[in-house]
Amino acid sequence: MALDNQTPAKNASADAARRRRGRSWAILIVLFALCGLFYAITIVKMAHF
Amino acid sequence: MQGDKGIATPLSVPYIQSPDMAVESDYRDWIALLKPRVMTLVVFTGVIGLLVAPGHLNPVLAFTAILCIAVAAGACGAINMWYDRDIDAIMRRTRDRPIPAGRIQPGPALGFGVTLAAGSVLVMGLVVNIPAALILALSVCFYVFVYTMWLKRRTPQNIVIGGAAGAFPAVIGWAAVTGSVDLIPLVLFGIVFIWTPPHFWSLALWANDDYRRAGVPMLPVVSGAKETRRQILLYTIVLVPLTMVPYLMGFSGLPYGITAGLLGLIFLERVYRVITDRQDEAGNSLTGDAPAKAAFKYSILYLFALFGALAIDRLIG
Repeated sequence: MALDNQTPAKNASADAARRRRGRSWAILIVLFALCGLFYAITIVKMAHF
Repeated sequence: MQGDKGIATPLSVPYIQSPDMAVESDYRDWIALLKPRVMTLVVFTGVIGLLVAPGHLNPVLAFTAILCIAVAAGACGAINMWYDRDIDAIMRRTRDRPIPAGRIQPGPALGFGVTLAAGSVLVMGLVVNIPAALILALSVCFYVFVYTMWLKRRTPQNIVIGGAAGAFPAVIGWAAVTGSVDLIPLVLFGIVFIWTPPHFWSLALWANDDYRRAGVPMLPVVSGAKETRRQILLYTIVLVPLTMVPYLMGFSGLPYGITAGLLGLIFLERVYRVITDRQDEAGNSLTGDAPAKAAFKYSILYLFALFGALAIDRLIG
């Protein structure tokens, strides 16, 4: 019976961890994309001088 | 509490977020906060403003300008969801949004929206130009303070005046290229501004119950379906000649003029069907508002096709 009670809790915890991991990956991708964009902007702006 | 924010409503339901309601958010919830479907239209009109403007903008800077417009529009959506979380919890259409569903807390949602809004205006100013950044800031303030906080819960004209917020991107796109604003972007602004009421009221006709339950004074809730249909027709009658102005001013060629005329005639025919929809004494549709649904769908296609035709005409003309 104790196992029956623990399984949903474990599943919830695993699900929460999966969601956190998804968020972390999304933030990483956005940060890399911004780095790339700002690099490109810098190159374009420098070309004007 | 809804009553604190505007009209009094018997169905004011306090927004209660208990800690045990909290669920870990997914990255998709944060994307949903940005109202991506609304963003699509905003990005499109921004791109059109940018394409039809005289002059040239480096593709990287043009991409940045569009990104800033998109992010600012998303920020407006997030702030709107933060402010409207009480009525969102009441309406069927919106009750599964991340805040009322308990997947994102209101505070972080507001912080997310404000940060994105400030960031997009700052980047637009630093990278593109100051006039575009100022208009972007104006559009964000207009959407948040004038539409969301002031008009939406107080007047059935909410969508008429609030429609200005959605009309800004074409002007911002133009300003990003030229660094200024003249008559043509204001005509584009006017087209989106006049298009918004028939577009939105076509939706409101069949989402009427949701708005009534939430106490939002949309035109069908306050003045009834018959008056709403009449207003949809009046705005469409004004809209169609307005779309001809770019051609009449010599800004676009005959292909755009013909396309705008044909698209307008089809729009008028769809609206005529809304007016002549089978109704009961009170004006309620007996066909499940099928013509209003068709008009709503067509209105989206209409704006995309109209502005697409303008851009193509300018690029090849």
